[in-house]
Amino acid sequence: MVSAGLLLLGDSRVPAGGHVHSGGIEAAWRAGLVTDVASLRDFLVGRLTTTGRVCASFAACAARMTPDDDWALLDEEFDARTPSAAQRAASRQQGRGLMRAYPGAAPWLGPKPHQPIAFGVLSGASPEEVAVATALASVTAPASAALRLLALDPFAVHRMLVTLTSTVDSVAAEAARDGLADDCAPLLDVLAEAHHQSEGQLFVS
Amino acid sequence: MSRNHGDGPHDFGHDPHAHGHDHRLGASPRIGIGGPVGSGKTALVAALCRTLRDRLSIGVVTNDIYTTEDAEFLRRNAILDDDRISAVKTGCCPHTAIRDDITANLDAIEDLEARHGAFDLVLVESGGDNLTATFSKGLVDRQIFVVDVAGGDKVPRKGGPGVTLADLLVINKTDLAGLVGADLSVMARDAEAVRRGLPVLFTSLPEDPAASKVADWVLQQLAELA
Repeated sequence: MVSAGLLLLGDSRVPAGGHVHSGGIEAAWRAGLVTDVASLRDFLVGRLTTTGRVCASFAACAARMTPDDDWALLDEEFDARTPSAAQRAASRQQGRGLMRAYPGAAPWLGPKPHQPIAFGVLSGASPEEVAVATALASVTAPASAALRLLALDPFAVHRMLVTLTSTVDSVAAEAARDGLADDCAPLLDVLAEAHHQSEGQLFVS
Repeated sequence: MSRNHGDGPHDFGHDPHAHGHDHRLGASPRIGIGGPVGSGKTALVAALCRTLRDRLSIGVVTNDIYTTEDAEFLRRNAILDDDRISAVKTGCCPHTAIRDDITANLDAIEDLEARHGAFDLVLVESGGDNLTATFSKGLVDRQIFVVDVAGGDKVPRKGGPGVTLADLLVINKTDLAGLVGADLSVMARDAEAVRRGLPVLFTSLPEDPAASKVADWVLQQLAELA
């Protein structure tokens, strides 16, 4: 049975600074790549099956580990899968936010762990459940940012998200089962760096 | 005093307000400056920095869409080094960043303090927002809400959390009152009625570029928070 602790942690209202990150949507919008609900869906599917899968697999792995395991290695593995320095910083910033919201909960993670690793530990849930929550957030967070940036119809976006849920479930199941994923999304990396170097942006990443 | 919330395993620390209003939140006293778009928040921040910078070590966190132009404005007008100014991006939700999820602002304050040590004063300027925007008590020790006479002399009567609850209400641009048909006495009377004794100051930065009354209020707050 899914735990309240996981639902609470996965709620977008958790005060961990997530609302200032767009998951690459702002840069994609500024580049003209996301203009409507259809192109937003394409972006989200791409994100889910690359970055989303990687994050879900790390959250699941973290949920499996014990405090005495090699957390520094897991941290390095995530760094190695995140070629954009801006994305690494954004991930650590969100992990820092989670650690602030759960003070003293997992001191072995240090003050600025990567977000999926912190999420996996703090949820207290099973690897499978944590993977679902992480994969889902990999689409809902950018979708929420897109609503704000493009002023899309929220019902149209929500209907589109409903159509993605079975893909979210299958990506999460694979991520929890198959060990650390290594899918990559070079365009997201490039967009993240471009975003970081521009000015007047509304989101941190 | 440690308060344990529910049966969770974590130590959530003490409630900073449990000991009364004057127990400050962090290493540096923090004052929030909020208010609608165009009411003069940035100009007030610059004026306070100009007036107080010789006496106090000051850090500034801004929450607006921030460009090198804004940085240049603050640097020129406030004569503060760039690395004492931190710009927070709010993801199109300025009120969320100062009230519901203050993480980005706390990060910015902590990072400034990590570079400079504790400040005598940290000013947190919110993005321009509406009359319902207020700062979380977890983010600032005191808050100033800035409205201007050109926004209409009914604004104090409308109230809203910013006008009614802020520790100081600043009614700015009084030099424009005649031009926009705003009645300052109406604004003063309404503000007094909705604020139940909390202070109100009328300012005009062209007439008093030092914002001396607000600066005096800030110094008084710092003495209480010391």
